Amino acid sequence: MKDIKAILKERILVLDGAMGTMIQRYKLTEDDFRKGWFENHTSPLQGNNDLLSLTRPDVIKAIHAEYFKAGADIAETNTFSGTTIAQADYNLENAVYDINYHSAKIAREVADEFTKNEPNKPRFVAGSMGPTNRTASISPDVNDPGFRGITFDELRIAYKQQAEALIDGGVDLLLVETVFDTLNAKAALFAIDEVFEERNIKLPIMVSGTITDQSGRTLTGQTTDAFLISVEHMDLLSVGLNCALGASMMRPYLQVLSKNSTFGVSAHPNAGLPNEFGEYDETAEMMAEQIKEYMEENLVNIIGGCCGTTPEHISAIAQLAKEYEPRKIEAK
Amino acid sequence: MSRDKYALKLSGLGPLIVSPESNFVNVGERTNVTGSRKFLRLIKEELYEEAIAVARDQVEGGAQIIDVNMDEGMIDGKEAMVRFLNLIAAEPDIARVPVMIDSSKWEIIEAGLQCIQGKGVVNSISLKEGKEKFVEYAKKIKRYGAAVIVMAFDEKGQADSYERRIEICEKSYRILVDEVGFPCQDIIFDPNIFPVATGMEEHNNNALDFIRATKWIRENLPGAHVSGGVSNISFSFRGNNVVREAMHAAFLYHAIQNGMDMGIVNPALLEVYDNVEKNLLERVEDVLLNRREDATDRLLEFAETVKGEKGKQRVVDLSWREKDVRERLSYSLVKGITEFIVEDTEECRLTFERPIEVIEGPLMDGMNVVGDLFGSGKMFLPQVVKSARVMKKAVAHLLPFIEAEKGGGQQFSGKILMATVKGDVHDIGKNIVGVVLSCNNYQIIDLGVMVPFEDILAEAIKHDVDVIGLSGLITPSLDEMVTVAKEMERKNIDIPLMIGGATTSRVHTAVKIDEHFNKSQAVHVLDASRSVTVVESLLGDKKDGFIRNIQEEYAKVREHHQKSRGKKRLISLEDARKNAFQIDWKQEDIVKPKSFGRKEISVTTEELIPYIDWTPFFRTWELHGKYPAILSDEVVGEQAQEVFEDAQKMLGAIVKESWLTHKGVIGLYPANAVGDDIEIYSPENEKEILYTQKTLRQQGKKAPGVPNIALSDFIAPKSSGLQDYIGAFVVTSGLGIEDRIKEYEKNHDDYQSIMLKALADRFAEAFAEYMHEQVRKNHWGYASDENLENTELIKEVYKGIRPAPGYPACPDHTEKIGLFELLNATELTGVSLTDSLAMLPASSVSGWYFAHPKSKYFGLGKIALDQVEDIAKRKDYSVEEMERWLSSVIG
Repeated sequence: MKDIKAILKERILVLDGAMGTMIQRYKLTEDDFRKGWFENHTSPLQGNNDLLSLTRPDVIKAIHAEYFKAGADIAETNTFSGTTIAQADYNLENAVYDINYHSAKIAREVADEFTKNEPNKPRFVAGSMGPTNRTASISPDVNDPGFRGITFDELRIAYKQQAEALIDGGVDLLLVETVFDTLNAKAALFAIDEVFEERNIKLPIMVSGTITDQSGRTLTGQTTDAFLISVEHMDLLSVGLNCALGASMMRPYLQVLSKNSTFGVSAHPNAGLPNEFGEYDETAEMMAEQIKEYMEENLVNIIGGCCGTTPEHISAIAQLAKEYEPRKIEAK
Repeated sequence: MSRDKYALKLSGLGPLIVSPESNFVNVGERTNVTGSRKFLRLIKEELYEEAIAVARDQVEGGAQIIDVNMDEGMIDGKEAMVRFLNLIAAEPDIARVPVMIDSSKWEIIEAGLQCIQGKGVVNSISLKEGKEKFVEYAKKIKRYGAAVIVMAFDEKGQADSYERRIEICEKSYRILVDEVGFPCQDIIFDPNIFPVATGMEEHNNNALDFIRATKWIRENLPGAHVSGGVSNISFSFRGNNVVREAMHAAFLYHAIQNGMDMGIVNPALLEVYDNVEKNLLERVEDVLLNRREDATDRLLEFAETVKGEKGKQRVVDLSWREKDVRERLSYSLVKGITEFIVEDTEECRLTFERPIEVIEGPLMDGMNVVGDLFGSGKMFLPQVVKSARVMKKAVAHLLPFIEAEKGGGQQFSGKILMATVKGDVHDIGKNIVGVVLSCNNYQIIDLGVMVPFEDILAEAIKHDVDVIGLSGLITPSLDEMVTVAKEMERKNIDIPLMIGGATTSRVHTAVKIDEHFNKSQAVHVLDASRSVTVVESLLGDKKDGFIRNIQEEYAKVREHHQKSRGKKRLISLEDARKNAFQIDWKQEDIVKPKSFGRKEISVTTEELIPYIDWTPFFRTWELHGKYPAILSDEVVGEQAQEVFEDAQKMLGAIVKESWLTHKGVIGLYPANAVGDDIEIYSPENEKEILYTQKTLRQQGKKAPGVPNIALSDFIAPKSSGLQDYIGAFVVTSGLGIEDRIKEYEKNHDDYQSIMLKALADRFAEAFAEYMHEQVRKNHWGYASDENLENTELIKEVYKGIRPAPGYPACPDHTEKIGLFELLNATELTGVSLTDSLAMLPASSVSGWYFAHPKSKYFGLGKIALDQVEDIAKRKDYSVEEMERWLSSVIG
């Protein structure tokens, strides 16, 4: 199988779309989140989507398959909240290894099946590492700006557990995503680097930040350029942006990355902004229209979708991706 | 498409790119406790809001990176680093620039790296501790995603030649790039900027070597950057800013041309290269580039002619006399000039309708300027005291007119009563606080020293004061302050209490005073500079909030104190005695004194001058640093020089006109230890006990092998059969200064009054040092071959100790009673003891002499109640009474 780095030079790779949006379609109940694993757990578990990799692997596998079918090259594991920090809300810190290991494993199985049938279009699995629900750079206490709800070391340890389980489960690469606090991401990268050194391995790493609004900054106040500089000490496969913004709103910040990054550039924007019911109603065609601009400007190497995107969106995006040259990656 | 691959890319909230296209990057250095006294003070006192303001000023002033350093023994550097970085992270106007985490301790650097989301710089690592550590740190720094400053330093020492500089930098570079895989553009070398024109030939190439090394690094070590601390170069020209500014400009010009791309530069000490006067520039460059043999001499000579050309204070420049009278008043106040104040005040009075308006208008305006400058660290205490002297003179001139008019006096912002409590005679600190407050338009009612609580309360009510300030230096004063608070509570007096003085503390105020005082608030004030803020907060509209904060803070302190009390493990007195300090008693270690008994000693002021330890003198003026280095300190150096010069002037008068009388008495006696007691025998009859000294033993739980010491361990026990000896002394230098002090105070000259007291204190200490030497060499003679310099005396490198009652080795003040009786000290020296056992005059020292080579200074630490009961029994005191005297050491 061809190395993803080599493929990235040849064509634009397609990342999958939203997991949450797809899960909603299945109209699952509390029981689905407990089945076989957490039947007697005391706190309610519905909404803890990562658990479905254990309790309803059929659903997750089906979603991965739909995205691959739509043309995605890379599937993200269902592990956005797979850290002890995020799972603490459900008292499920102990389930973290299982969540990550099994999520990786089922994505791997689906990917391998597709690769077998289409050897010229190998499918990859990216271990998704979300931001957690804490920030290392902002005080949760308005009266004490010097206070922190979480430390670098706590984050590092949690991310290390997650990365180890994802690697054990067989992911091809790691994706540190939805970075709203760069310090959290640095802790994740630190942990990953430690795991790599301890195991004497090296997997490609994608980092994807989140520019919260048109101020052009992350939640913790960094500009896109500052964000890039803060994470580029690691040898990354790509740096990109995801979530919070629709495709056209994200474009100016992708331009910054495209201009300054020595790595690949990725983007997985939302299907526009949510409406007053919290739903995303940008259609696949509307989104593809905006993404076309990325392609024409040669802004990206990896493209996919975040909140509100579906296999229909990914299909439209994958069609486009075939027609355009990827952004040129200037070797270091 | 992407940037220059050799650009150093850093980030805060925004990016900072250092590349050949960018300009020289200026690193702000004021948020550094080792370089800024002010910042140190703010951090020590946990005034983080003000500390943040320092950082903000730096960024607003153009610093593109801020260097943060918390390396200071008195603070928890790691905690301070984390707290400060977390706080500035919440300030977008500061956090926009990258942070330079500056420490010599790895744990502080690592803690700092864990706080910054951007890409910062570590300052610094080097091969000083060997390659292994260097690699370990570099790997971690890379993993944290920071750039690094590498000092030209290795196991052999700091690079001081061109060859050593490039040798170490190349070695470091190769390890970083080849072995660690460190990005070459993230390496910043600091090849050591050392002073030139020092008069030493080996320093002549210092600037040139740096510049050449810079060029070599930039040409031979791809990607690496060069930085340095620029002001070092002109160290020899301290006090001559014209020359310094020119040197910095010329040095930077050449260094930047050769590739230096970042550095620490004080923007206030920088001239534009093109604006440097041609003759000066030529001479400066001769020195920097070592172009001629006589370069240093020529620059020194030239420096004399440009000294103060820009209106520096040393030159008498009277052009300000031409300004209008308001400005002249303000100038006099800020500069502390008394010469013209009466005539200017008079001139001003004639232009106003009412004399009081002169005070409320121009004089207060001037004092506000002083207050602001002091508050922002641009003026220092001695200057403020001088300003106050000017103010008082002006007010004194106006008072008769105001009274004649009977139209009401000056409108003060508040009335403050100040007193040194009963039993205590120390008032330098109290007077300084009084001066600082009066500068800020508070009326001071100063009751002086040894004021019983009855008087404090009566006067407070009589004058209807807004705040009562209590001061004291010796430990029993702490108790007296508690008494004042309790009495106020009992009598329903709801006036806030301000607590200050050397032995007072926030903990004591919170735990012992505040707890007994609910009618109003007791607040501990760390030093004079803080008193204004405290009083303002206590009287202003924010009073309630301020008090609430203090209460919360003190509640926390009490809680913490309670907890830590539990933690401090004390062992029983019995066990402590079993773990006493062991001396292998041998006849040859014991020297019999050449002469016994009591002896009066006199000495002249001149003889004592070489024995003066000046460092505490500067501390009195709130100028912190060691003498003589303090005279050239970056921040307080100029002020230190000035106050030192004034001290020398007064010293001249003290010597010439014999202001001080120094009286001392010593006694040397046979002695033996019996348990924790020391029996002191009559030299004539070794069976007759003259006095039994009762010493206290450490009770803290010690690590294995560490003893629980008492002073009695240093005297041979009776059971050893060996006759040992002990000495005692009382000295004073404070006799006869009272009249002069009164005279100064009458003339509104607090500056000279404080100066004289501070000097008398120094003389008393010098006398004690002198006498100890005389005892060692002559009277006792156990070290007759000793030959030490004054600096060695200050460092106490000699054999034997002279612990003083009331100090760490024997905190029990009551031991002074026996000591004084033994020596008949009051009669022979004129020093008496107050109710709280303070010595009067205050400039006095008393103590014991121990001669055994193993004897050493120690701190008693906390003791347990079993020892309090034991010593009460030994001394025939009631336990309650003993508890009162020892309250500060009971754990």
